Amino acid sequence: MGRTLQIKKQPKKYDAVIVGSGAGGGMAAYVLAKAGLKVCLLEAGPDYDPAKHSSQLKNPWESPRRGASTKFRPFGDFDACYWGWEIDGEPYTHAEGTKWEWWRARMIGGRTNHWGRISLRFGPKDFKRKSIDGLGDDWPIGYEDIKPYYDKIDELIGVFGTNEGLENDPDGIFLPPPKPRLHEMFIKKAGAGMNVPVIPSRLSILTKQINKERGACFYCNQCGRACKSYADFSSSSVLIKPAAATGNLDIVTNAMAREVLTSKDGLATGVSYVNKTDMQEYQVEGRVVVLAASACESARLMLNSVSIRHPNGLANSSNVVGKYLHDSTGAAMGGVLPHLFGRKRYNEDGVGGMHVYTPWWLDNKKLDFPRGYHIEYWGGFDQPSYGFGFDIQSQNGKYPINGKTKEAGGYGASLKEDYRYLYGSRIGMAGRGEGIALATNFCEIDPSVVDKYGIPVLRFNTKNSDYEIKQAKHMKETFREMMHNMGAVITWGDTDTAENDYGLANPGNIIHEAGTVRMGNDSKKSALNKWSQAHDCKNLFCVDGGQFVSQADKNITWTILALSMRASEYIVDQLKKRNL
Amino acid sequence: MDRRKSIKALIIGTASTGVLIEACKTGEEKAVATTTAPVTDESDRMEEEKVFNKKLNDDTFFTAEEMATIGILADIIIPKDEISGSATDAKVPDFIEFIVKDMPYHQTPMRGGLRWLDMQSLTRFEKPFTGINEKQRLEIIDAIAYPNKAKPAMKQGVAFFTLMRNLVATGFYTSEIGVKDIGYMGNVPNQWNGVPTDVLQQYGLAYTEKELKECMSYS
Repeated sequence: MGRTLQIKKQPKKYDAVIVGSGAGGGMAAYVLAKAGLKVCLLEAGPDYDPAKHSSQLKNPWESPRRGASTKFRPFGDFDACYWGWEIDGEPYTHAEGTKWEWWRARMIGGRTNHWGRISLRFGPKDFKRKSIDGLGDDWPIGYEDIKPYYDKIDELIGVFGTNEGLENDPDGIFLPPPKPRLHEMFIKKAGAGMNVPVIPSRLSILTKQINKERGACFYCNQCGRACKSYADFSSSSVLIKPAAATGNLDIVTNAMAREVLTSKDGLATGVSYVNKTDMQEYQVEGRVVVLAASACESARLMLNSVSIRHPNGLANSSNVVGKYLHDSTGAAMGGVLPHLFGRKRYNEDGVGGMHVYTPWWLDNKKLDFPRGYHIEYWGGFDQPSYGFGFDIQSQNGKYPINGKTKEAGGYGASLKEDYRYLYGSRIGMAGRGEGIALATNFCEIDPSVVDKYGIPVLRFNTKNSDYEIKQAKHMKETFREMMHNMGAVITWGDTDTAENDYGLANPGNIIHEAGTVRMGNDSKKSALNKWSQAHDCKNLFCVDGGQFVSQADKNITWTILALSMRASEYIVDQLKKRNL
Repeated sequence: MDRRKSIKALIIGTASTGVLIEACKTGEEKAVATTTAPVTDESDRMEEEKVFNKKLNDDTFFTAEEMATIGILADIIIPKDEISGSATDAKVPDFIEFIVKDMPYHQTPMRGGLRWLDMQSLTRFEKPFTGINEKQRLEIIDAIAYPNKAKPAMKQGVAFFTLMRNLVATGFYTSEIGVKDIGYMGNVPNQWNGVPTDVLQQYGLAYTEKELKECMSYS
């Protein structure tokens, strides 16, 4: 080609350079830009605005593959996440005999464009687990430190739910939840019969309008496609857009961060990146660098930023960066509710996701596994998509159709009758639990593999432990009893044994990865202090899932948002005081 | 039946065209079985996807004869009835042509299964599947449409028919005709006000006072 590769330096010097635009990066951009700081945000993917780019309200026939997944959209053709388990030209590797599934979004807003909007606060116990069961570590902060930020986020972003006064599932500032759907009423009844609480879910979806910029939910059940009305929380629409409107935020899309740059005295000076569009090398300078590239990408960036002052990777004198990698646990079961066969048709869409859920309800001291799980539910009338109607032969011979017993399989008008009769009777449930953060579960730089930009890639070394496996076994027992109590017929997820870890998902599969850049008071055992600030590099912050000490039996997004807001306000304060 | 004769009939029926298409990929013959994808809104696609989808649409997999057989099978599986139209009314064969290019693991089971079907037809009736009458077609279909009672020698046919039924059903019920038939009433702006009263009564259910007080209601 004959083109000389050169490094182009951005002339503008910023107060802060943020890497990543998901929940953590979006919140940092919002707080810093609103405070009047000059901010540069690097995002490895293209621009994404739900109002312009969402597939919301498309019909299945508007996708040539009828909503089936591709490598570009592993959760389906309408799902609002660019890329996922694999990205062309960006490999990752595994230590032999270990498993890790790594989801990577490449777009403004990251995974928040398609996530489940399950917005749970961690409870007081979730920050002090070591004190309770001796495993892992306590956080350097407690619920009282983070509660004011949860409150602010509830009001800023909006979340529905109900105050139930539960000790470890704190009350919040909630919008009214939607009423349960039909199958959810059966779930509630079944739960009541076995002392499993089933309460309104807590999702960041606006059942009422909260400001002029965002609309109210119109119940299309498609939050996963991102909302054109901004009626649910995506970082792209709720944080990045207003941050950009301040005029203080410059966004560089298709910018793949290579390294955090440091000075001779070991402070961060900026970030170098590849522009994926022109494939040239760039550098951007900032007084503060904020990492929010996702737990593993932020760790990768730190480990790849080696210098004389930081020979083990940036801010890694503790040697914990990449370690304590853990995900939520997951196991599921499903079937059909025969009393819903032939049911009356109506629009049952509701919000995107469940209207009820089960928070963890037992005492682990009386169980053979240390941490809890919550249960998510689904069922009823779905919009048909690829896979609809598959394997009818496993169903239409099993139940009388309109009172008539038939031979399994078949074709013709009789088959059409079967599909109509069985539609809407599906039910399913999944546990999402807390795994233990262990130093032996980690990601590291693969010494011999680079991606297409020449950036060394991550090699994963993670395994489920007995703690998680026993928890999955308990999930399955609960689901079985629940399905039985409902009068449901289990059609999948009930054949698991110790052989396959009771159907426990591979680590990474639930996409709640955290722990790789954890915080703590002891700089020998943690990378960050309680302000999400690197012990070894005071103007470097990490505000994504990396900073977590432990997961809790809750989805981590609401806590990422709270921690990022807290760290960002601290950055504003420290810059003002000239401490950074 | 004379085996050589049946193979000859088969070649005339289908295979030669297939070979011809493969050999003349750049020639005019390529027009066979091409499905022109409707122009759709691509504002929700990233650049890599646009390129990928275009490539799939530009390629052709099935021969005209294979498409004809797929059309016949599709309407046997989902015929027109008093409620809705047939699989071909819903353009299911076009969907199947696209999906095997999108999911290449369907290609060999589909191509081989169609050939298996033609061989059955030739063995029984000395003509490929497209050339036999409806009664003859249903004789073969009845031998492969019911997995639990099919004869062991028909297992490959059962596997093919099961795949065919899956793809036809999915293609049909994700079409405009099929969505209306199955009665999915969502995907429109709405105000969720709970389960309709008559349905609650039917199942002997009621919302609790707590729910009625706390949950969103629309009057």
